[in-house]
Amino acid sequence: MAGLDKRVATYEEALAGLTDNMTVLAGGFGLCGIPENLIAHIKRLGVKGLTVVSNNCGVDGFGLGILLEDRQIRKMIASYVGENKLFEEQLLNGELEVELTPQGTLAEKMRAGGAGIPAFYTATGYGTPVAEGKETRQFNGRNVILEEAITGDFAIIKGWKADHFGNVVYRHTAQNFNPVAATAGKITVVEVEEIVEPGVLLPTEIHTPGIYVDRVILGTFEKRIEQRTVRKA
Amino acid sequence: MALSREQMAQRVARELQDGFYVNLGIGIPTLVANYVPEGIDVMLQSENGLLGMGAFPTEETIDADMINAGKQTVTARVGASIFSSAESFAMIRGGHVDLTVLGAFEVDVEGNIASWMIPGKLVKGMGGAMDLVAGADNIIVTMTHASKDGESKLLSRCSLPLTGAGCIRKVLTDLAYLEIENGAFILRETAPGVSVEEIVAKTAGKLIVPDDVVEMTF
Repeated sequence: MAGLDKRVATYEEALAGLTDNMTVLAGGFGLCGIPENLIAHIKRLGVKGLTVVSNNCGVDGFGLGILLEDRQIRKMIASYVGENKLFEEQLLNGELEVELTPQGTLAEKMRAGGAGIPAFYTATGYGTPVAEGKETRQFNGRNVILEEAITGDFAIIKGWKADHFGNVVYRHTAQNFNPVAATAGKITVVEVEEIVEPGVLLPTEIHTPGIYVDRVILGTFEKRIEQRTVRKA
Repeated sequence: MALSREQMAQRVARELQDGFYVNLGIGIPTLVANYVPEGIDVMLQSENGLLGMGAFPTEETIDADMINAGKQTVTARVGASIFSSAESFAMIRGGHVDLTVLGAFEVDVEGNIASWMIPGKLVKGMGGAMDLVAGADNIIVTMTHASKDGESKLLSRCSLPLTGAGCIRKVLTDLAYLEIENGAFILRETAPGVSVEEIVAKTAGKLIVPDDVVEMTF
């Protein structure tokens, strides 16, 4: 890792500087496109008191779900608890602070955070518990609420391919929250399936330009499927 | 007879128009994709970042990186595009989706909808539902008319925490198709063999029964 070469060789280097009580933004939707090795390394590091921002919190035993086991997460900002029993249990018994946030608002909060926009108005959540304590206004007869941007000390991202400049492309719907989270981390770490030679990724196909990325690491992925659904051939 | 889940999907599918971009929620709404009328082409939007959702894959083509908003493995059809969650909700919030179909626990005569939590019992989270109901003009809610204990889900006022306020105008239940106007449910269609009396009895909110109520046919 030097200059524009963002590559690091170990997960220790990839997450160097991550300490207790930090805010971590994580890409992924369900178990699709999650930075599974970076999450596993956070578990190994044993850091506590984390605020984690991610659409979901993995499942029991995989993805972000493993950080609930040793109570490393103090606060979770997510849109969906889903079938994660430990998440629901820690939420209901008050062990885990949870800020349930509408999915589009969550994406926009990170987009705004990365784009230097401190807050934005949206109709999403008006008149619901999400609006409690938030400023409301009316534009063109439409009621909206003020939502604040989110940034993180770290963003942990799963890409498909990257070059050493940190330019990243995502594969299929494994893109999801990754490009927005990547813009909003003070330190953005991307783990990928393949690191390609400079010039292989065409400028027109880059999803995340390298300016947002601080560290790139090559990983191997289990890519667990949550709802395996097939039709007859 | 109350409508089956398939019949509910079939009835919703009649609202599809050629060229529509459509977001289908989890459950009965997902089944609507199976009943797109002949000669009509629609693009299905999945809020995790896929426009142009195709059929489920085969065992050979299954791909962990290709899922829908219900986390099911899917394929992309010809003409599909894939993008970030921020882009996906820009489409939704910006009113670019022509029809949204989603489930609910309760709706009321003011067009309020509750679908994401039962305090103290069930916390699943709102996912994209709050963005969908706030961003769409054309929404159909699919739900059973009453709970298993016979409690109406069509109320004067939702009892559960809201997903959206004043945003629902069309409801398809297993017993009827209704619209919401001026603080009342308007009965438009009955399920085959279901009496108006049964619907009246199972609708807790103000219900108007016009003279021209139609019985659905399948």
